[in-house]
Amino acid sequence: MSTLTSRFEIRWHGRGGQGIVTAANLTATAAIKAGFYAQSIPTFGTERRGAPVIAYNRIDRQVIYERSPIVEPDAVVVADPHLLANPKPLVAGLKSNGYLIINTTKSVEEIRSIIGRSDVKIGVINATKLAMDVLKAPIVNTAVVGAMLAATKILPVEYAFEAVKDMFPERLVQPNIQLIKQAYELVKVE
Amino acid sequence: MGKVVPLGGNYAVAYAVKACDVDVMTAYPISPQTTIVERLSEFVANGELDAEFLHVESEHTALSVAIGAAAVGARAYSATCSQGLALMNELLYIMSAMRLPMVLTIVNRALSAPINIWNDHSDFMSVQDAGWVMMMSASNQEAYDEVIIGYRIAEDPRVLLPVITSMDGYIQSHVVEPVEVESDEDVLSFAPKRRTWYVLDPDKPVAMGSVGDPNYYYEFKRQQWEAMKEARQVFDEVVVDFAKKFGRRYSAIETYMLDDAEVAIVGMGSFMGTIKAYVDRARKEGIKVGALRVKLYRPFPADDVAKALSNVKLVGVMDRALVPGSPTGGHLHSDVIAAIKQRGLDVRTIGFIAGLGGRLLTMDNVKQMVSALIKYKDARELPKEPIFIGVRE
Repeated sequence: MSTLTSRFEIRWHGRGGQGIVTAANLTATAAIKAGFYAQSIPTFGTERRGAPVIAYNRIDRQVIYERSPIVEPDAVVVADPHLLANPKPLVAGLKSNGYLIINTTKSVEEIRSIIGRSDVKIGVINATKLAMDVLKAPIVNTAVVGAMLAATKILPVEYAFEAVKDMFPERLVQPNIQLIKQAYELVKVE
Repeated sequence: MGKVVPLGGNYAVAYAVKACDVDVMTAYPISPQTTIVERLSEFVANGELDAEFLHVESEHTALSVAIGAAAVGARAYSATCSQGLALMNELLYIMSAMRLPMVLTIVNRALSAPINIWNDHSDFMSVQDAGWVMMMSASNQEAYDEVIIGYRIAEDPRVLLPVITSMDGYIQSHVVEPVEVESDEDVLSFAPKRRTWYVLDPDKPVAMGSVGDPNYYYEFKRQQWEAMKEARQVFDEVVVDFAKKFGRRYSAIETYMLDDAEVAIVGMGSFMGTIKAYVDRARKEGIKVGALRVKLYRPFPADDVAKALSNVKLVGVMDRALVPGSPTGGHLHSDVIAAIKQRGLDVRTIGFIAGLGGRLLTMDNVKQMVSALIKYKDARELPKEPIFIGVRE
């Protein structure tokens, strides 16, 4: 089974069109398949392609009653490297010993100096390149889920494959499972 | 045992409607309700559900069509919210007084102005006088179950009233969480289609929607009062049956840590989950706080509410809609006071307004409410106006 022992909360940052809400749904679906209780929480505004988007997950062994905003996530996943231009909102509230997983070509050291946090673990993955290679499109949601699972180890990655089978149309199942696998193996966490 | 599926509240409701084998569905899309009827139209298009889906030009027409469908004996369904519900208003009163059953889901959303697609209870509360049985869920599972329970109540020959089921927009409708989805066979055997009401039939002609002059109108209204009383009895029976069949138990009110509570928060909908979580924290600090969630809103479970609160020193009632100029500012607060006073109990209350137009309720907000309750618990004078939580003054 997994290493999840207490409540785990994730905040996803991306842009409209990158599939952040799908990443959160995929994570919740995988967690539920693993026998946990999970919420996938999108935020809604004026929905348009390219606008910054945030989504959340809460995962627990017990039923979750809370509906309040997640303010101190255990992990933050950033799907769009350009969001680093304004790093403050990305690490706002991120717990000490938490995880920042980011789609970037930069190194862990470079990211750490940009965000100015020595108390969190950082995972870097070039998810855009992986997605372009496999899907021929910069849709990085499944890749960053793979990277997040490798970094945090909250669930065995196989549950994410099962979730992909449930959620994606047939022709996209194998490519996305492949993406998750590659990101899972390639993410660098320090 | 059903199958546990990760579902947003809207899709959960769509599955329940499909399982109830609805005959006629009609709707005009409006956020955050849209994906209920989107999914239902897919079910009809791909043959999973044998029903008429009527795309109409307004919510006024949507409910008119549902009335017509129910009048010929069809199991009817619609979903709406906010401005759409406001546009249905005159038909709501007509349908309940014609004693035609249906289920209508409201995905709670603020009313304009300013334009706001986010969640509060302004729409739901605005139709409390329309003579419908009204329930409000607090989880996606409960939103799913309410539809199934709803048809059983609506079509019970002792009731014959339309039923509103509801959930919080976005906070439930678009949040994915585990939902146990039952088989269509099990659902339909729990809520079988029975034509228990008068229908339009050329072989047995009846008149519907005719004039009720001063000699008759009043008796129609009197009967609606009785039907609502029956609805409470039937609700209690149906939730017991439901628990036997599916293992999930509901009641008109849900109490949480009330037995020894000195102060308590009363409210409705999904925010009560956050309040329960806060109660857990506060209890660890020795604060004797409890919570009460009203699930069945019409008929109002006045006996249950009064009894559950009878030993609480001070009750804070949280309304998620504002009634400017009313004595309390909140529909629920006025109902709770009436329930307590009618039964001669000496339980004092203050009112909170929270979460209007999608303003989310934080743990700090709940803490403010509990702090206010502790501050006023032994005070001689209580605030006469609601305390506005989480607003910029």
